[in-house]
Amino acid sequence: MLKSLMLEIQELEVAYGSIIALHRISLLVATGKIITLIGSNGAGKSTTLRSVSGLIRARRGKILFEGEEITNRAPHSIVGMGITQVPEGRMIFSNLTVLENLQMGAYRRKATAEIKKEYDHMFEIFPRLKEREKQVAGTLSGGEQQMLAIARALMSKPRFLMLDEPSLGIAPILVKTIFSKIVEINQQLGITILLVEQNANLALEISDYGYVLETGRIILEDKSAALRVNSLVKEAYLGG
Amino acid sequence: MDKLIEVLQQLVNGVSLGSIYALIALGYTMVYGVLRFINFAHGDIYMLGAYSGFLLAPLFAQTFKFGEFDTFTPENTLFILCGAGLVMVLSMAICAGIGVLIERIAYRPLRERPRLNVLITAIGVSLFLQNMTQYRLGADPKAFPQLIPVHVVEGLGNLTILTSQLAIIIATVILLIILRFVVMRTKLGLAMRALSLNPTACSIMGVNNDIVISFTFALGSALAAAAGILVSMDSPSINPLMGNLPGIKAFVAAVLGGIGNIPGAALGGLIIGILETFVVAIGFPQWRDGIAFAVLIVILLFKPTGILGRVEREKV
Ligand SMILES: Nc1ncnc2c1ncn2[C@@H]1O[C@H](COP(=O)(O)OP(=O)(O)OP(=O)(O)O)[C@@H](O)[C@H]1O
Ligand SMILES: [Mg+2]
Repeated sequence: MLKSLMLEIQELEVAYGSIIALHRISLLVATGKIITLIGSNGAGKSTTLRSVSGLIRARRGKILFEGEEITNRAPHSIVGMGITQVPEGRMIFSNLTVLENLQMGAYRRKATAEIKKEYDHMFEIFPRLKEREKQVAGTLSGGEQQMLAIARALMSKPRFLMLDEPSLGIAPILVKTIFSKIVEINQQLGITILLVEQNANLALEISDYGYVLETGRIILEDKSAALRVNSLVKEAYLGG
Repeated sequence: MDKLIEVLQQLVNGVSLGSIYALIALGYTMVYGVLRFINFAHGDIYMLGAYSGFLLAPLFAQTFKFGEFDTFTPENTLFILCGAGLVMVLSMAICAGIGVLIERIAYRPLRERPRLNVLITAIGVSLFLQNMTQYRLGADPKAFPQLIPVHVVEGLGNLTILTSQLAIIIATVILLIILRFVVMRTKLGLAMRALSLNPTACSIMGVNNDIVISFTFALGSALAAAAGILVSMDSPSINPLMGNLPGIKAFVAAVLGGIGNIPGAALGGLIIGILETFVVAIGFPQWRDGIAFAVLIVILLFKPTGILGRVEREKV
């Protein structure tokens, strides 16, 4: 099997009841890269990530992780393989402290000494979290919650990280910070990233390759640099 | 002065009764926390706890000389507590297993179904447990073996406290401390709290939610079983339907404290126990069982989230 392929989605079909959300989409994620998946509301972006994480069943098609089929496996065993996601809306544990949230991220890891070091590492990447270690997570600002959600996902030591609209509902200045952290995570930690965004501009700026999803179908894919000058993309997603 | 003693006396009675409700209420509230579901068979686990003790005690009766001591003495106290403790811990373990099994067989297959299905199933499970116990062990009340000598604790002046009441209160305090440690300091406890906040997020942290749910049932059932044993030390007549009323009252206690809130359930149990005792003491014994329901109506009207409960946050 090609070792340079981290994730491969083949002809994936997913439905909610009788409504088909994904019409046999195929998508590749090369190891070490940042791949982006853009599309407007209801296109099926979150559904794609949910099926990779095993949160929703695939009706048809396959999902392969480093060549191994993971279609419809239990979510916890998928995390165990090194796949994790920062879900849409962050889903931090609002009544738990910042530290407890991070602890949850490391749930499957055994070595406590290593995990302790990992906290410090997270606080290096996101210094704002350090000052709020004991604070209940629900009281953090939106941007801080997003940082926590990312740090929490990193605590599982993933090789593959999916992010679902990390810019959603966050002040523009913090969006910049968060995107630069995403690049840092990719380059310095060597984690492969699949980034779902509605903010196509930023997403295409930091990614290597992109897919455009429209009502459950992939209508376009190309190098991100090429997509940025693609007239269709410019018109529909980059504001003309 | 006599009035004060009287009030104090009723308070002790209320706290010991309330401890029982608190132990049962914890199971309702913890299961509600992780599954958003009221396990109406929970009162019957309390009953099965008493029956487990009833069946187990004879096995250890010789070793621990059950029924042979008339009073606690400094020499025999530790010995007696070891024997009673052993029966209690084993009963708790058995009921933990039964609780896990019930969830696995009856509730888990219905998890994705409408909430009403599993609620009705729980009522079915409750009837099953009651009837199965009647069928196997008889519908008539049984005398619960004497695990500890029951007598008035000496040296308290005019205050009449039975050793069995004291045992209930002390055991409850110990169990609450252990529970607090498990919930606040262990990994599974953390997962329980996280699961009650967001099951999906728990899954993508790599938590096997099923294991956490089983653990929650085990914990809740063990506490109910402890309540069953403790109550039987105090009033040693047990029957297959004994879980009904305490079960419902403990449910009210859980709602009163704020369903899903663990300290709330303990607090709610104590309040219901104390109220019940005082209602009888001030001359309305006919309200003994009614008061819990009156409380339920009042909370549902004025503070549906309970004393310590929070308004459920909208799911994203
Ligand atoms: N739980 C659900 N039940 C029924 N339909 C759903 C459910 N979740 C999503 N859908 C439908 O599936 C389609 C894809 O939804 P999805 O959430 O994947 O879109 P998205 O691209 O992530 O959109 P957004 O940018 O708004 O987050 C939509 O038509 C949506 O209405
Ligand atoms: Mg989405």
